Formats: sequence, C-alpha cells, structure tokens
Amino acid sequence: MSALTREETEALIQEVLEVYPEKARKDREKHLAVNDQSIEQSKKCITSNRKSLPGVMTVRGCAYAGSKGVVWGPIKDMIHISHGPVGCGQYSRAGRRNYYVGTTGINTFGTMNFTSDFQEKDIVFGGDKKLAKLITEIELLFPLNKGISVQSECPIGLIGDDIEAVSKKAAKEIDKPVVPVRCEGFRGVSQSLGHHIANDAIRDWVLPRRDTQEFAGTPYDVAVIGDYNIGGDAWSSRILLEEMGLRVIAQWSGDGTIAEMEMTPNAKLNLIHCYRSMNYIARHMEEKYSIPWMEYNFFGPTKVAESLRAIAAHFDDKIKEGAERVIAKYQAMMDEIIAKYKPRLQGKRVMLYVGGLRPRHVIGAYEDLGMEVVGTGYEFGHNDDYDRTIKDMGNATLIYDDVTGFEFEEFVKRVKPDLIGSGIKEKYIFQKMGVPFRQMHSWDYSGPYHGYDGFAIFARDMDMTINNPCWGKMIAPWLKPAEAETLKAAA
Amino acid sequence: MALRQCAIYGKGGIGKSTTTQNLVAALAESGKKVMIVGCDPKADSTRLILHSKAQNSVMELAAEAGSVEDLELEDVLSVGYGGIKCVESGGPEPGVGCAGRGVITAINFLEEEGAYDDELDFVFYDVLGDVVCGGFAMPIRENKAQEIYIVCSGEMMAMYAANNIAKGIVKYANSGSVRLAGLICNSRQTDREDELIEALARMLGTQMIHFIPRANSVQHAEIRRMTVIEYDPTNPQADEYRQLASKIVNNKKFVIPTPITMDELEALLMEFGIMEVEDTSIIGKKAAELAA
Repeated sequence: MSALTREETEALIQEVLEVYPEKARKDREKHLAVNDQSIEQSKKCITSNRKSLPGVMTVRGCAYAGSKGVVWGPIKDMIHISHGPVGCGQYSRAGRRNYYVGTTGINTFGTMNFTSDFQEKDIVFGGDKKLAKLITEIELLFPLNKGISVQSECPIGLIGDDIEAVSKKAAKEIDKPVVPVRCEGFRGVSQSLGHHIANDAIRDWVLPRRDTQEFAGTPYDVAVIGDYNIGGDAWSSRILLEEMGLRVIAQWSGDGTIAEMEMTPNAKLNLIHCYRSMNYIARHMEEKYSIPWMEYNFFGPTKVAESLRAIAAHFDDKIKEGAERVIAKYQAMMDEIIAKYKPRLQGKRVMLYVGGLRPRHVIGAYEDLGMEVVGTGYEFGHNDDYDRTIKDMGNATLIYDDVTGFEFEEFVKRVKPDLIGSGIKEKYIFQKMGVPFRQMHSWDYSGPYHGYDGFAIFARDMDMTINNPCWGKMIAPWLKPAEAETLKAAA
Repeated sequence: MALRQCAIYGKGGIGKSTTTQNLVAALAESGKKVMIVGCDPKADSTRLILHSKAQNSVMELAAEAGSVEDLELEDVLSVGYGGIKCVESGGPEPGVGCAGRGVITAINFLEEEGAYDDELDFVFYDVLGDVVCGGFAMPIRENKAQEIYIVCSGEMMAMYAANNIAKGIVKYANSGSVRLAGLICNSRQTDREDELIEALARMLGTQMIHFIPRANSVQHAEIRRMTVIEYDPTNPQADEYRQLASKIVNNKKFVIPTPITMDELEALLMEFGIMEVEDTSIIGKKAAELAA
C-alpha cells in the first residue's frame, strides 16, 4: 500500500476519534498529529505528558517504575529495596534485561528482589523500624554491597514514613551510601516523573560524595549516561568510544556501579543516549560542575558515524582521527549487512510505539535498511521529545502520544505497516492480527542493538521477523478457499 | 430489637469517651446489651468500663502476633461493667504510620470474626476527633453505624468541628443509610449554651438530644476509672446519663444534616454574643500600626 497523504492521515485521525464521547475526543485529539517537518515547536501540533484518560487502555507505568525499574535498578553493586508491599518489587524483578557482569548475590544484585514486604501492621504502625532492620540484615547477608537505595512504593507517601531519617542513620551505621527515593507510584502521570525523582536523588545523595576527592583524570574522560545495557547495548557502545581514544569513566546505569556515578563529575563530556530519563542529571552537572553534555544516537551505521564525529568534535585531532578510524574499520562490515538485508527489507513500513528515546532514535537504523517509519509515538514523552522527532519523521506520517489500545489498533488496520515495534502488551494483539512484531523495549530477548555490533543483530532480527514464513500461514487449513477440495473431488 | 450501631464524633477533648462510656453504662444498667468499639489510637475509650489504663488493642495484638489473621475474637474482646463488651482498634503512636488504616483493619476484623452477634442491642463507636481521612469515616460507611451523635459545647471551635463533621456525614448519607441523630451538649458552662446548641441543631436540621451539665462527680468517678453510673448511682449526674440513654433508645429523629456556611456559623455566634461583630479595619494590622 502506498503512503497516506496528509489529508488521508488527518481523516484517519478524525475517524478514529469519532467513537469517543465528546470530552474524551477533545482530550485525545490533542495527542494525535500528522507530522509536518516545517513545524519548529511540537507544542503547536501535539500535547504530551498529561494524565491518561480513565477508561482507555494505556501502557504507561508509574513513578516507582521510572525510578526503580529504569534509573536505579540497573546499578548492579547496590541493593535496591522496594519499600512497601511485595508486588511492586516482585513483578518488576529482572524484567528489563539490563545485562551486567558480576556474581549475583555476591557482589552484584541486579536480578534479585529486596522488599520490606509490608503487612497491615506496617501500614498502621509505620515501616521505619522495619526498614532500618532490613538494612542491617542486608548488610549482614550481603556484605559486598556498595550501597542501598530505598525505592518508595505508594503507601510510604501516605503514611509519612521518614525514610530520609532512617537512611541517614543507616548510612552512618554501615558506612555506605543509603539513598532514599520518594518515587511513590501515584506521583505524576507516568514513569517520567519517576526518572526525574531518581535523577534528583542521585544529585542530592550520590554526586556530592566525592566532590573533594582527588581524581587522576585525562582530557579524554567521558561518561555514558542513559544507556541501560538492554541485551548488552552499553557494551557495544562503549567499545566504540574506547576504540576512538576516549576513556569511559562511568556508565549510567546499565552495568553501572555507584563508584562510577560518584566519579562522573570528573568527566570532560557527558554523553546522553536516553535524553528523556537522564537529561535532568546532565543539566545539573553542567550547572554545578560545568560539564558540557550532548545527545548521541548509536542505532544504525549512519547515526553511529554521525554521532562519533559529533562526539569527536568536542576533542582534539587525536580523537577526531580516532573517530574516522573507527568508522572506517566497521564500514566493510556495515556494507555487507546492508547488502544482505536491504534487498529483503527495502520499502517495508514500520510503526513504532515505545518509550524513552526509541520512538525517534531507531528511525535511522530502519532507514539504513531501506525501511520507512510511518508512525511513531511516546508512552511518556514530553514536548522536547516531540521537538526532536518532527525532523526525523517524514511529512504526513502519524504521531501519537500515549496512544490508546483502540487508536493503535485502528491506525494499524488502516496504515497496514509491515512491522510494528512496541511493547509486550501490544505484541500478541498485533501478531494475532497477522502483523509482524518486534518487542522494542527489551529487544524481544535479543540485542544488543546499539553500535555497529548491535546493528548486525538489529538487521537480522527485523529480517527474521518480517520475512518469517509464518505470516503466510495465517489462515487455518479448514478456512482456506475450497479449491483444493474441489480438485480432490474431481480426481 | 435489631442491633443499632451508633458513632460518636466531636472535637478532640470535648469529652466523647467520657460521655460515651457513661451513656453506655446507663444503657447496660437498663438491661441493654452493648459493645463499645474505640476508634482512637490512644485506646482510652473503654477504660472506665474495664477499670484499666488502656485495653490491649486489636492492632497492638495483631502486630505482636504477626498479622490480624492470627488473632481470635476473644483475644481482643474484654467484658466490663454491666456485661459491656469492649474493643479498642488501637494504632500507632503520634506521628507515624496510619491510624486510619488501623480503624479499617480493626472493624473489618470484628465483622469477619462475628463480633456483631444477634444478642447485641447497641454498638457504639467512639471515634477520634474530626473525620480527618477515610479511615475515621469507616464507622459510618455502609452497613456500619447508621446513627451519628456529635458531642459539642457552646465553645466556638466545638461548634465549628460539629459543622465539619456534619459535612462528612452528608457525603456518606447520600450514598448509604447513615444519618445524623443529634447533638449531645457536654456543657462547658458558657453563656446561654443550651439555647445556642439548640439553635445550631436547628440549623443543621437535627436536635439537641440532651444537655449534660458540668459536674465534678464525673471527674471523681474518672479518677477511679469508673463511670458515674457505677461509682455513685444515686448522684444526680448519673440521672443525666440515664436520661440521655433513654432519649437515644427512643430516638426517631434521624436526618441528613444541612451543614451551614462559615458566614452562617459566625452570624450565629455573633447573635449569641460569643463573637464580636467583625471589625474589618483591623485585619492585617500589626500592633504598632493599630497603636498609631
């Protein structure tokens, strides 16, 4: 099917909106837009970061998810306590494929669940004493932990537990950082506020810890911020930076450690991959420590090369040459991948609906394979995300914010993409509709997708999904047209 | 007689617990089967019936046992003067945890354990101060107290609190069967106190069900951890509580209250000379400015 015109896309949005009651229609209308590259500020065409409507199906998370699940959880040598009833911690345990190196339960704790497991009595009498006891027990059982964070679940904010006081006291007792995080799930409209709260906790409780400590720095020290090492993403990114001559002194927060976080203020440049979840801390370090920061994109060879050059531009000729050397080194490998997969994927159309940075960052990687992203949207983006998206998307493509289950299905039925990249809640719906699907939060148990190594896997995965023979077998044998039967009868 | 569930609300320190226990003692004396459920973390709603400092509360015992499911009814239920059954919900010390949740948990426990048996004539909930959050509204939610009595006095803040409580009742009255059953005036010997509370009651659409005069005998009994009814049955004050008890037994006036505005309340207080007519020229003026 050929691409929709602007008029057709606008008509599609109106048609989809029609089923809503008037109040809901007015609200949802502001979250759906037809892309126009000439618009400079997204606020002119789309509203974001607003409360989801009651009654619609939204896939957003909560502030706790943003703090514990995204920002803090991957810091591998700390123990993150889910403070409150057991469910929040248990159902978010090890769900995000933040790979790390270490011996789980000894010096790393990423896939474990620590919780204060609140009972009625803890709600009524408060959980402070239990929290203090829990920290003492953790220290006894897991002495190689490098610190503790207290991730507040909803009840903590209601019953007024003084987790700051407990944390300060416990930190003295165990002589390690204990960080209280007020990320109660009911705060804010999505996981986005949780990222911000988590960033603020790092700002207040982690960064100043080594302010007066000597650091043997080099002019080439950088920090990778906002890479969660999904399926090893940070590793395939980091090697490129190191190959071009930079020294990565910290990796936030995938496969990260608290020591790295504490030393980040010594970086010469902060490199931000997921802008949405960690721009706050980058801005803070710019203000307090005068560290410049820049966004980069390591999806697909075009964007990788662009980013490597942009990063190198902050340094001397040695690094600039290094960047060219790295790009040249991988050129043949990239050409080979593109030669292999592009003919199989050329012209295929993709619709995305993800979080963080991916709704815009993966566009380039698809384009490298000759594919086109015809619709995209953010679960919990803000308008600065959409500002950055408008230029990356083609004219007259669909943009949808906090899209509802209904809207997404209707858009897919009409736009008929060859591939959808979204989350686990969408996956089986669309596969049952016969549309090839990639889970683009956890890379569908694959990855890494970042860097040159990641692109090889990305290209293979997209091909194996789109060109999977199963899509030709969507009709059950007994529902197939009767011609085979007639032939048999005639024989 | 079907079980009647009543809740006593009122400003903190107004004498809710004392009034409730004396009232309940009077009911028990007349042969009624009564249970008191204290809904206050201080757990002092049953001490005059049990002659004890503070009864072991549901939440305290639950915390000791591990969870509320580990408790049996007889662990938390004590029987005192006149066969009155006593339960305290209990809760945290001031400044921590959630006392409201304690009330909810305790009342759910009592229901599940069958504390509200067929033999009871009355259950009285003695609830802390104002309806500050959902937990303290628990006794007036569906299938619990249908009658609310507000203890107040002729003091401005007591009346202000009574009006606020009436607002809380309206919310639950519209969705359930809870009704305001009357104001109990626990006298502080302010001027024309009975007339004032009667006037307030009229404005709220209810009645002043009884005027309890101030009497030292209540304190004398309280020092001995007893109600006046038990300590000195012939004391005239005991008769006051007996009258209140009989009025409550015969009460038929259950209304959805009509809370008044702050302006209306102020007008009432001015009418009775409790509040001066407001001099708006002094608002926001410092002492030095007024002296000038």
